[in-house]
Amino acid sequence: MTELLTILYSLIEPTIKIVVLVFMVILPMVAYSVYAERRFSALLQDRVGPNRVGIPFTKISLAGLGQPMADGLKFILKEDLTPGHVRKFYYWLAPALTMVPALLTCAVLPFGGHLKLPFFDEPFQMVIADLDVGILFVFAIASLGVYGIVLAGWASNSKYPFIGGVRSSSQMISYEISLGLSVIPILMIYGDLNLGSIVQQQHEKGWALLPVTLDGFMPVFSFRDIVLLVPLLISFVIFVTSLFAETNRLPFDLPECETELVAGYHTEYSSMKFALFFLGEYAAMIIGSGFAVTLFLGGWSLPFGWGGNGEESLFWGLVAIGTFFAKVIGFILFFIWVRWSIPRFRYDQLMRLGWVFFFEIALFNILLTAGILMFFG
Amino acid sequence: MEVLFYIFSAIMIVSGLGVVASRNPVTSAMCLVGSFLGLAALFIQLDAFFIGIIQILVYAGAVMVLFLFIIMLLDLKAEEKKSVNYMAFAGGLILALIFMVQLSAVLSNFEAGDVGFTPRQAQLTLDKDLAGLPESANEKLREDKLPDVHLVGRMIFTKYNFPLQVVGVLLLVSTVGVIILSKRKLS
Repeated sequence: MTELLTILYSLIEPTIKIVVLVFMVILPMVAYSVYAERRFSALLQDRVGPNRVGIPFTKISLAGLGQPMADGLKFILKEDLTPGHVRKFYYWLAPALTMVPALLTCAVLPFGGHLKLPFFDEPFQMVIADLDVGILFVFAIASLGVYGIVLAGWASNSKYPFIGGVRSSSQMISYEISLGLSVIPILMIYGDLNLGSIVQQQHEKGWALLPVTLDGFMPVFSFRDIVLLVPLLISFVIFVTSLFAETNRLPFDLPECETELVAGYHTEYSSMKFALFFLGEYAAMIIGSGFAVTLFLGGWSLPFGWGGNGEESLFWGLVAIGTFFAKVIGFILFFIWVRWSIPRFRYDQLMRLGWVFFFEIALFNILLTAGILMFFG
Repeated sequence: MEVLFYIFSAIMIVSGLGVVASRNPVTSAMCLVGSFLGLAALFIQLDAFFIGIIQILVYAGAVMVLFLFIIMLLDLKAEEKKSVNYMAFAGGLILALIFMVQLSAVLSNFEAGDVGFTPRQAQLTLDKDLAGLPESANEKLREDKLPDVHLVGRMIFTKYNFPLQVVGVLLLVSTVGVIILSKRKLS
């Protein structure tokens, strides 16, 4: 009995973290990134965008901040149509299979350093699961996301969704390789797969892409870190570009390319099932941004080694969480900015870019990093 | 935490049965994915995080996606209508029974079989500071934790370096072979 109680007691902390991070932060962020996408694209195209929905039955519009709520309500109330020709079980399974892996990966995302709460002796670590194989876990779970899309395309049992599904899965498999290879220089430099300790090292020595700390007003840096910027910058470009392809965002949104494939793999889906695909894409985008920030831009740490990791005081713990989400939001805005500025690639160009350029450059980059590390000992 | 062991074993057995029993090849493939996930969870319970995660990454995430891909391009209707080959069914059953008898014979003579199921931290009989490991990994060793990725990497790249190179060459040869086979006309 006591054993069961200790097990249940040890589950309290992760449960609170999961509820707060996933349901109270990531899911609202997903809804509001759709809103941000619409407002930001309107800004880029000199339109107004959705600025009317505010508090119901009043004229207070709050710049349209009520729009995501209204959209969600609309999706729930819409008719949920299951076409007669689909394979029912997999047709229903597919949307869940795209959403679940996207959200699962945030288990290892360090969204803050530590949080020292009053009345508790030990500071809490701001990550749901502090896994030693953090990065591998992310790649493993993210690679399961392709099932949702493949099954959606196949279960819809019609032509456009099938072509969309096949395209999407080959695209995701291809870019997973360059995504994985582009991270290896980071692993070689930090010598650890644990995301928390990667961020801690960046906090102490400066970010991967900004390896400078300030001593008073004097910049402190080592020559090795400056030279290592070259492979890290190449890695960063490959990682971010592959991230666009992995999340099926423009300029690589070939699977749902409207002019060729109607809506790709989710052509036959309606109401909330369509919304799950839609939201799964945004969730993958948010969490992908989270990992780009964690690996290359210092995660929760402030630049130049400022601040603390929150082990000493509550204030720096909260600042770290705020820093992390500020960076993630900045990255999401970058995603949106690219979507509305760059035209779509052709499918053969996409595959060429992945296999002929990124794969080789990433391999060469690993060699380069190894050479630099060997040279500086 | 024995409950988790039984849950994941049940998942593995049920999906394993699904692989052989279902008529639809896509269902079989998805059941195999479920079985791999259950296996990965069992590895993770035994503190072998690296093997568990690689199990998902390689088998569930890459190999099975390609399987599913191929299956979907085939004519499934013909496969579903195929009648059961009773001879093959009986042969498979007999083989499985022989395997079970042998397994139980081995396990009944195996001393470790008497030990109750308590997944415990792998007992480290290694020296506490291993050469060639980064400081963070050595620190974990001193705390009696298992930096399994570092240990596996160290083993592969020092003791088994030559077999690793051979495997690499083998993979390269098969890749080249595939390219030659898929390009019928060589000019």
